[in-house]
Amino acid sequence: MPTPTDPEVPVIEFVDVEKRFGDNIVLKDLNFSVRRGERVTLIGPSGSGKTTILRLVMTLEELTGGYIFVDGEPLTHREKDGKRVAVSPKEQKKLRTRIGMVFQQFNLFPNMTVLENIVEAPIHVLGQSKAEATAKAHSLLEQVGLPDKADQHPLSLSGGQQQRVAIARALAMDPEILLLDEVTSALDPEVVGDVLNILRKVADTTNVTMLIVTHEMSFARDVSHKVMMFDGGRVIEEGSPEKIFSDPSQERTKQFLSAVLRDA
Amino acid sequence: MIPLVPFTADPVPEPTGNVWNWDFAIEIFPDILRAFLEVTLLVTVVGTVIAALLGLVIAILLRVLPRPFAFVLRWAANFIRMTPLVVQLLVLYYGFTWMDPLTIGFIVFGIHYATYMSEVYRAGIDSVPKGQWEATKALSMSAGRTWRRVVIPQALRSTIPSLGNYAISMFKDTPFLFVISVAEMVRVAQTIGAQTFRYTEAITIAGLIFLAASYPTALLINRLEKRLAYAN
Repeated sequence: MPTPTDPEVPVIEFVDVEKRFGDNIVLKDLNFSVRRGERVTLIGPSGSGKTTILRLVMTLEELTGGYIFVDGEPLTHREKDGKRVAVSPKEQKKLRTRIGMVFQQFNLFPNMTVLENIVEAPIHVLGQSKAEATAKAHSLLEQVGLPDKADQHPLSLSGGQQQRVAIARALAMDPEILLLDEVTSALDPEVVGDVLNILRKVADTTNVTMLIVTHEMSFARDVSHKVMMFDGGRVIEEGSPEKIFSDPSQERTKQFLSAVLRDA
Repeated sequence: MIPLVPFTADPVPEPTGNVWNWDFAIEIFPDILRAFLEVTLLVTVVGTVIAALLGLVIAILLRVLPRPFAFVLRWAANFIRMTPLVVQLLVLYYGFTWMDPLTIGFIVFGIHYATYMSEVYRAGIDSVPKGQWEATKALSMSAGRTWRRVVIPQALRSTIPSLGNYAISMFKDTPFLFVISVAEMVRVAQTIGAQTFRYTEAITIAGLIFLAASYPTALLINRLEKRLAYAN
């Protein structure tokens, strides 16, 4: 029986994953795995299915074909007598609590204070005591540089501050896997660096597995162990950031990188 | 049980011929006001509470029930909404003769307006951004917590003004209670008129009481609407 700490078992494994929206096939025959503590960045043109991958892991999208394993256990479906059988909601929830996600649009709850946003799930999902969750929340707010914003409402904060709260909220769940979905794309350019620095610090100080979709190539180069280049729903190239960014083997990767790096 | 004809003041023997008699108006005012407080206002408040709660339950059920059940519920709600209140009052009045007419009033007003309010809630629930639902899922929040802590509080923000307007509509519909012999304010006023042959004062007072109650309520809703919009 694989356990969450078994280093041999991939934290995330995609097996023959297919995702279609109606007739539109977004991902096809996708196979890859992510090791414990590994930080993987997905790059590629928009519409290439990168965000869909994160959303499939978070179970925000329905998997239309294949299997996804988290810690060796099936996330949405398992194979039984040659058929795909959906896993029970309880099994899925157990795995889902190990996964945290930070969204492009922050998605903080505007009707709650910053502190309430952060402690809601630790208290009511993980069953932490209020005191424990609150103490942790304050230390996370410190970590993201917002120690004095606990009692504010999210909409009174700037975009960069909201995203930092959203990072604290995701970390409060102590996730094994952190999904970062274009977390700086909705931010003003001058605050992007702050948010990325916080994430660099998280990467340096924890062993959390990260799956990252970003257009910030320098961030991708700094934090990732592996970069995967997507195009048309398939991985066309993968490797270390040094390899991909300085010596890509695929012509399509070169084109893509020269286009985004010119922007930067 | 509210007495059918509570008015017991001495009838004015001879109509004076004046259009408006202040003494008479002052004499009958307490009876009309009492009917307002004991029936009209009571039905409005109880009816609004039932409608607001039941409407929310219907709106949530329409979202979470499996399709066939939701379909049945939707049509039941449509049926109630598309048939007149007066007919519903009469059906219950003659169908359930053992039931106290005032209770029938609570039930019919509550359910009838619940079907309207459920539409308001539905729009409010639909207005909660998809990202909020996704955040609750990413945090593995239970369905109960998701509704209670995230969706309903945000949905209510945009619905409160419309709910208030339906409460005022309900208030103005209370005279329909006359068809099931409940002594609400307008019926009391009319009875006074019939006994004294002076309708002007009685009906005018009833109308003014309606205005005096609706207008400040409407203003309040307006202010609430502005404040909520601002806070958004």
